[in-house]
Amino acid sequence: MIRFDSVSKSYPKQNRPALHDVSLEVERGEFVFLVGSSGSGKSTFLRLILREERASQGQVHVLGKDLARLSNWKVPQMRRQLGTVFQDFRLLANKTVAENVAFALEVIGKSRGQIRKTVPEVLDLVGLGGKEDRMPGELSGGEQQRVAIARAFANRPMLLIADEPTGNLDPQTSVGIMKLLDRINRTGTTVVMATHDQQIVDQMRKRVIELERGRLVRDQSRGVYGYQH
Amino acid sequence: MRAQFVLSEISVGLRRNLTMTFAVIVSVALSLALAGGSLLAREQVSTMKGYWYDKVQVSVYLCNENDAESDPNCAKGAVTEEQKQQIQAELKKLRVVDKVYHESADEAFKHYQEQFKDSPLADSLTPDQMQESYRVKLKDPTKYRVVQTAFSERPGVQEVQDQRNLLENLFNLLNGMNIAALFVMGLMLVVALLLIVNTVRVSAFSRRRETGIMRLVGASSFYIQMPFILEAAIAGLIGAGFACVLLLGGKFFLIDSWLADKIALINFIGWDAVFKVLPLLIAVGVLMPAVAAFFTLRKYLKV
Repeated sequence: MIRFDSVSKSYPKQNRPALHDVSLEVERGEFVFLVGSSGSGKSTFLRLILREERASQGQVHVLGKDLARLSNWKVPQMRRQLGTVFQDFRLLANKTVAENVAFALEVIGKSRGQIRKTVPEVLDLVGLGGKEDRMPGELSGGEQQRVAIARAFANRPMLLIADEPTGNLDPQTSVGIMKLLDRINRTGTTVVMATHDQQIVDQMRKRVIELERGRLVRDQSRGVYGYQH
Repeated sequence: MRAQFVLSEISVGLRRNLTMTFAVIVSVALSLALAGGSLLAREQVSTMKGYWYDKVQVSVYLCNENDAESDPNCAKGAVTEEQKQQIQAELKKLRVVDKVYHESADEAFKHYQEQFKDSPLADSLTPDQMQESYRVKLKDPTKYRVVQTAFSERPGVQEVQDQRNLLENLFNLLNGMNIAALFVMGLMLVVALLLIVNTVRVSAFSRRRETGIMRLVGASSFYIQMPFILEAAIAGLIGAGFACVLLLGGKFFLIDSWLADKIALINFIGWDAVFKVLPLLIAVGVLMPAVAAFFTLRKYLKV
């Protein structure tokens, strides 16, 4: 599903590479936590998977494709097979819940019939049945994140990338979001989630990958958040 | 691609940027109207050239009694009957000459009075002050030098004048004005272009949230850019529409209803010339903003 072969990434005008010689593999259907302090390279790791950046050295394979060899115009096609969720939800404030989900389907050219069928389905799945016509501003943070997850999942992606999805939520709401992500994972979707939330990592007992100053320092199945944080 | 989605994106974009859109429309309209105007002015000049060159003649002015004092060419006094006969005969022999008319002093006086009948000068002249002349029509109006070299030094001839020279000056003036108009048009086009680039930039910036989401969910860059490009093209089209209205209005009110009445001597360009220019204006008005938007977006909407 994801394979990093001695991947390094350095940004111009920075001495230390953001990622240094990282090799790892994520199998289909896995649930992986990505932990590490700020600046450890988590975001760069995710950006490489989404091909918002290209690796300076080494190879990144996602969904069986070598991203270095993927031409620019094929990138959108690749991204349609990924779902992405962010800390700040990234919803359109002037569209209703249902329209937000539908927007993601419209812009990749789904037919109106497909959209009409899919949107209520995924909203039910994330537990927002009946709130289709609410505006994002009227919803709680947890509910907004559920809309974002519904949008990410609407196209049934093979891989879900979540960048601190619970970062803005209180612990109780976070648990609900994690249950939802776990459920999505059980449908067969691979989930990679960057997080700072120690409680969640310790509770879920999934694979933990830890980055520190751009290096892979821990790759532990059924791991915990860590010790010194 | 769903047309309805794109259309709603465009209308939202145009309304959100109303002031900038307005600026784009006005500057496109003005620059295209100037462009069309100078194209038509050029057309007008060539129409006039065709019309006037047909009518112009080379005039061989003969000396009269008054010239004997004022003009060194006529120092030997008024032209004699013998000299006249000889000049006429030789003119008719020249190969470049098509026809030769004789204009007597009385006829010249009559023509003069007709032409300047509203002017106080008309009354102050008498027939014997006017010059006799031969009006020579050439087969090829550019071969005027042949006549000039043959007759200008001849006794009894005051001056050989090519009317084309007078027209040349007028046409040069018109061409100069035309070039100035083209220059202004170029500046206006640059202004319009910069405005379009800036408008697209602002538009892309104000919708970066939408476009960011579109990128994330895998919308193609064509799909992401299309609303912006169409927005620019539509603003340009509206501008081009105004430019067309300005030109049509100019033709109708300025030329047909006003100038054509005042100046009967000039035949003005017809509607066909105007209609030939309009499609060009519309094409430029649509394509230029679209292309400008496309290149702007390549910089500001990275995939």
